[in-house]
Amino acid sequence: MKSLLLKTGLGAGVAMMLASAAFADTTLTIATVNNGDMIRMQKLTDDFTAANPGIKLNWVTLEENVLREKVTADISTKGGQYDVLTIGTYETPIWGKKGWLVPLTGVDKVDDLLPAIRGGLSVEGKLYASPFYGESSFTMYRKDLMEKAGLKMPDAPTWDFIAEAARKMTDRANGVNGICLRGKAGWGENMAFLGATSNSFGARWFDESWKPQFDQPEWKKTLQFYIDLMKDAGPAGASGNGFSENLALFQTGKCGMWIDATAAASFVVDPKASQVAANVGFTLAPDAGLGKRGNWLWSWALAIPAGTKQADAAQKFVGWATSQHYLELVASKEGWANVPPGTRTSLYANPEYQKVPFAKMTLDSINSADPTKPTVKPVPYVGVQFVAIPEFQGIGTKVGEIFSSVLAGQTSVDDGLKQAQAFTMTQMTKAGYIK
Amino acid sequence: MATRHSQGIARLAVAPAVIVLFLWMIVPLVMTIYFSFLRYNLLNPDMDGWAGFSNFYYFITDESFPGAVFNTLALVATVIVASVAGGLGLALLLDQPFWGRGIVRLLVISPFFIMPTVSALVWKNLLMNPIYGLFAFLQQLVGITPLDWFAKVPLLSVAIIASWQWLPFSALIILTALQSLDEEQKDASAMDGARALSYFRYIVLPHLARPITVVILIETIFLLNIFAEIYVTSVGGLAGNLTYLVYFQGLLNFDIGEASAGGLIAVVLANLVSIFLVRIIGRNLEI
Amino acid sequence: MARQTSPQRKLIVTLIAWTIGILMFWPILWTILTSFKTEQDAVLMPQLFSTGWTFENFGIVQERSDYLRFAMNSIILAFGSTLLGLVFAIPAAWSMAFSPSKRTKDTLLWMLSTKMMPPVGALLPIYLIFKDYHWIDQHIPVLVIMFMLNLPLVIWMLFTYFKEIPVDILEASRMDGAGVWQELTRVLAPMALPGIASTFLLNVILAWNEAFWTLKLTDVHAAPLTVFIASYSSPEGLFWAKLSAASTMAIAPILILGWFSQKQLVRGLTFGAVK
Repeated sequence: MKSLLLKTGLGAGVAMMLASAAFADTTLTIATVNNGDMIRMQKLTDDFTAANPGIKLNWVTLEENVLREKVTADISTKGGQYDVLTIGTYETPIWGKKGWLVPLTGVDKVDDLLPAIRGGLSVEGKLYASPFYGESSFTMYRKDLMEKAGLKMPDAPTWDFIAEAARKMTDRANGVNGICLRGKAGWGENMAFLGATSNSFGARWFDESWKPQFDQPEWKKTLQFYIDLMKDAGPAGASGNGFSENLALFQTGKCGMWIDATAAASFVVDPKASQVAANVGFTLAPDAGLGKRGNWLWSWALAIPAGTKQADAAQKFVGWATSQHYLELVASKEGWANVPPGTRTSLYANPEYQKVPFAKMTLDSINSADPTKPTVKPVPYVGVQFVAIPEFQGIGTKVGEIFSSVLAGQTSVDDGLKQAQAFTMTQMTKAGYIK
Repeated sequence: MATRHSQGIARLAVAPAVIVLFLWMIVPLVMTIYFSFLRYNLLNPDMDGWAGFSNFYYFITDESFPGAVFNTLALVATVIVASVAGGLGLALLLDQPFWGRGIVRLLVISPFFIMPTVSALVWKNLLMNPIYGLFAFLQQLVGITPLDWFAKVPLLSVAIIASWQWLPFSALIILTALQSLDEEQKDASAMDGARALSYFRYIVLPHLARPITVVILIETIFLLNIFAEIYVTSVGGLAGNLTYLVYFQGLLNFDIGEASAGGLIAVVLANLVSIFLVRIIGRNLEI
Repeated sequence: MARQTSPQRKLIVTLIAWTIGILMFWPILWTILTSFKTEQDAVLMPQLFSTGWTFENFGIVQERSDYLRFAMNSIILAFGSTLLGLVFAIPAAWSMAFSPSKRTKDTLLWMLSTKMMPPVGALLPIYLIFKDYHWIDQHIPVLVIMFMLNLPLVIWMLFTYFKEIPVDILEASRMDGAGVWQELTRVLAPMALPGIASTFLLNVILAWNEAFWTLKLTDVHAAPLTVFIASYSSPEGLFWAKLSAASTMAIAPILILGWFSQKQLVRGLTFGAVK
């Protein structure tokens, strides 16, 4: 037994080392996130390698949080492990400013990019990451359930309407929850939703002198509203639900409404994956009459780290993956509804794409988000559902954990806000923002 | 038997392993101690210089710190109690003659082979999910509102997953020990009532003291730093242990200074636990 | 079995044992069953079996990630690190068992205590060293880390096993005029082999399932199945069946190895606890 195992092990080892010695001329290592659009791109890369025979692609596909850990560790230590990174509108301005990213030169028709998205990925006019897809958030709802509740969804709903509708739609005996919202802890999970929502309630993360604002009434209103609504009309286990969990719930008909990423739209109207595909309506994210809506702005984008030795090949690849040609390639193979959304003006001008049911609402949502003026009151930061400072990952996740535990019923709203205030205060003091 | 010559060879034989382990311990340790006194954040290279004891101060005064220490110890204790008690029961059962013993033994030890990440994912999504999970379905069958495991009883949920993984290990070790008892003595276990009980109390249990000590030792080593189960089920905010807190500072905040300080505090805690353990082992396990 | 058991009793024990066995195995069985369902069936609870068995999930998983490469890396890392561990541990454990000194006990306990260090604390130093020497995602350096990780346990297991080997036999064979080599191959090896085999298997299992260091220190070339599963931990929408398929693929090799070698595994798994 043992000697057999031994031989297998050694044999395999030798074979592996020989195999890894045989490389093509240039190998690009691409770190990417495991979402549907990125996976689809991996399948379509033959189109790229056929045009660039000297370039071989290696994929590191990871879950969002693991990806972020590895990419951040690599770039901040100048590791040079990856040639192309998948990062978001949060990292790009910070890293671009530090000189950790190579300015992009090979991007197809830069002026065609949606201004809001392009702005979020640029530092002083230079584009540091090319958007693969862009998203805002909006309200998805079940037309049939809305009708059953005797209500009509307005084009621009208020939070009061959403709350009323959610409570009326809830029918827990039949497994229907009026509303599904994110509750899983994480700055990119529940805090993306709560951060954007708090903007519409007039709250802000920091005042002009970087003092945390969780002790202010606006935050209390936001959190109380969210907790009450979820208690009355949310699904069981909400404190563990992130984007993908809620998507599954909505697809299986367990949610009346769902306020989340516009990128979810193509999944909920796909009859192969969604049992409610025929009954989904889309409308803007709600507001509270203060002039800001609760929708965020995000883009997964491709960037090139300054440490790469294959910058030229990487530029070529980023150019290809975010080009108009790529959109057409996806459309020809998978249909227009599956094209990565939210990056190019020309896509929304395309009459074929306008037929997609969520196209207009996505564009309107993206255009109505303003990362440079995200809140009702003035703030010293940019970013709608995040604060573009390096410390935010830690702070956002911790505050997300606290709010998630409030949702789980382990902490009261007041205690939660107090803890969030204290933690953020300490972190900001430690980092030198508050003297 | 131990002549001076053979003593020399013996030292020589131990040396490579000792040197390797010493390096493995000392290099990261020295670097960690050094980092723990620095202002060192990967995301903020402009901040540098000596930090004095401030990293330690921030880590200890973090409001999650006392909870994390408690969770660390509570997890170790719960899982050990559950897996030793369950393992003992399982071992006694598997030691009985019955049909299909070999197959049942395979079924029972299987959880030990499963990656912690996979078992956490499976328990989280397929079993404990309050809507799609198997437990929720069973609870609904008997008319109970499904329990939202990771929200309501996060620490217990993690402990259940870990106990499931470690139960086979303790069952196997205890079973091996049981089977080394004399067959003749064992016949007594087939007897009923008081004699069987006192047999168990005075013969079996003392015989099992050593294997149980070993189980406790090995499981403590692994459970002190349990991470995948907490990370995957995302209960870090509710039931995070020290390892999770260090992870939070190191890989979310990228505050290497504070993470290093936290790591050192975790080492101190681990050493306290191990001193405690060594005292029991010293009594139970002659080396 | 010389024991007398009444058939009723045996029947009852059989029922209880099977119930518990199936309960313990249920999460694994459920995962395997789910992996053959369609996504829609996977979330319908009352259904034990799928309406239509499908291999589709495995196909999707394979299309997304090159399973064989990950599996091969798992084999290289788990077996390689364990073999390396044995090379260092056998002489060490041997000499500690047969020529113990006053410090042997302390040495052993110290070795074990190195395993109590929280890996997150040591990650950055190791990561920086790896980065400087371009070791990230290289087989040998990652293998060496895993070797050091499990070395204390390998030594401990072997030590406790060797300790059980009666010294008298050694002395007897010496009196017969056997040389060191003969002593080693004829007398000791047969007695030590079960312990070595069991140590080997236990550590292959532990190394196979090591998910912290492998995840941080590998990307593509050296990435084992723990990295493979990390790309399935939260995909989009309905993913129970695909997750189950990926899980099944990640655990199958080690589960099968464990089943086939459980006798050898158990034999030495006493840690000196059995007299």
